[in-house]
Amino acid sequence: MVISTDGLSFNFGDQQVVKSLALQVPEGSIYGFLGPNGAGKTTTIKLLLNLLKVQSGSIHIFEQDIQQNRNGILSQIGSLIEQPAIYQHLTGKENLLNRALLLQVPLKRVDEMLALVQLTSAANKKAGQYSLGMKQRLGIALALLADPKLLILDEPTNGLDPNGIIEVRELLIKLVGEYKKTVFISSHLLGEVERMATHVGIINHGELLFQGSIGELQALSQPLVCIETDNTVDAANLLTRNGITVTDVNDNYLYVPYLSKQKTADINALLTGNGHAIFSIGKQQKDLERLFLDITQNA
Amino acid sequence: MKGFILSFRSEFYKSRKTLGFWAAILLPLFICTLGFYVKAEKMAGTPPMMLWLQFAGAILGVMGSLLLPMFIIFIAYSVNSIEHKADTWKSLFSLPISRWAVYGAKYSYAVFLVLITLTLFVLFTISYGNLLSVVKPELRFDNYHMEKELAQVYFKLFLSSLGILSIQFLLSLLWADFLKPMGIGFVCTITGVILASKNWEYCYLFPYSHPMVAISTLLHRGEDQPKGIQIDVFTKDVFVSMAVGAVIFIAGYFIVLRKSVK
Repeated sequence: MVISTDGLSFNFGDQQVVKSLALQVPEGSIYGFLGPNGAGKTTTIKLLLNLLKVQSGSIHIFEQDIQQNRNGILSQIGSLIEQPAIYQHLTGKENLLNRALLLQVPLKRVDEMLALVQLTSAANKKAGQYSLGMKQRLGIALALLADPKLLILDEPTNGLDPNGIIEVRELLIKLVGEYKKTVFISSHLLGEVERMATHVGIINHGELLFQGSIGELQALSQPLVCIETDNTVDAANLLTRNGITVTDVNDNYLYVPYLSKQKTADINALLTGNGHAIFSIGKQQKDLERLFLDITQNA
Repeated sequence: MKGFILSFRSEFYKSRKTLGFWAAILLPLFICTLGFYVKAEKMAGTPPMMLWLQFAGAILGVMGSLLLPMFIIFIAYSVNSIEHKADTWKSLFSLPISRWAVYGAKYSYAVFLVLITLTLFVLFTISYGNLLSVVKPELRFDNYHMEKELAQVYFKLFLSSLGILSIQFLLSLLWADFLKPMGIGFVCTITGVILASKNWEYCYLFPYSHPMVAISTLLHRGEDQPKGIQIDVFTKDVFVSMAVGAVIFIAGYFIVLRKSVK
């Protein structure tokens, strides 16, 4: 495990913002850390980066305790928390050069990073004049500068347009695929993370409600058979009379729990045999977005 | 130690294009140039030693009373505001460099800027004095030397400013906006000047009075002993200033640690 926490809790005064969290982030994964705004995501990330002191529980990163080996661990982490931290009066390149100086990274890394995030042509422009997307990419370049094994990104696509979001997503997939990094990425939007994450942790009110691979998350939801037909109400009645449970009916579709391929074919035959026109029929996973809402709202 | 040096170099790299850094160089240049033009007119026929005292004293008077404390308030603010503006505290404190090194380097850089400024004051005062004796031969600046005394006076000013610097540094670290540290600093400076000019017997305990105290004891001495100048650098106000500086510097570190990094 690259990150593992045990019983991690944190209070701001009387308010408990993180409740005995047990994160398990495997190596080489893109771990989507999900939760609504104010769920405790940023606090958790600050704990992971030792910006906040652990009050109870423990954090191990690369199998080492963060309290005892702070500098050793931090030298292998690149991070981006909320807004990218960029000196507006320096150019994009100077921002990277300053960080390279602090981290004692060879200066040629700076140009490589600029190329990687496609900022080479804007390298000598003041960072204050960058668009939000460019700032975010510069922030990612800063995080990647020291070639860290673990990237911790807090809402890296906040405020980006769809193009920017796709660029960031592709960059992260590339980093994990080609450069064997581990990425820990927080977001309040499942849809944004679902397309790249291999693992997911869902947090609300400081509690971890779900943790596992994307497959395990999907398995939580019952697959359904979605049927598009001309008269959904009559069709639903017909199915009910034949002992088939109908989960949901609306003007265009009706939903039946998926059992097997053969059962789906039987339903199709039953409906067409009784004069219903079937426009489409197929297996459907419950929308992850809805699942996410169910998990966070039921807590 | 390596982390400290790296952070210090980074402080220079970051600030070299800001007003905070350039003010440290331009302020002495500006004040000394002003002294050069204003004072030079009225000093013909004055004995060389008095020439130097008047010339250097005019600059010192402006500096010590109001300008130095205000300058320190500004420097302490500008060093910290770089991080406030860019929202970079969290990234500074998540570097693989110990927090002591980051904090210490930032504070040292502010001290360094004040030191640079005061050193330049010495250099510019001496250069302009000597320049005057060349440009206006009737002013016999070349017949008297007070390089050592000037250096001592400014060194004393530097030490007396450490208390204010630590306090302002901490205030600027805690508050992102300029008005709070500036407002508090300004009120304290005015209070300090009033206390020092009234010769309040305990004003050596109040850091914002220290530069003024340093200057005023010096000027009195100048009047009492016109034949020579004796400068006592390590007076009790200087010790108080250094002690306050050290205590607040160390306390500041723990206050910063306890405050969650935004």
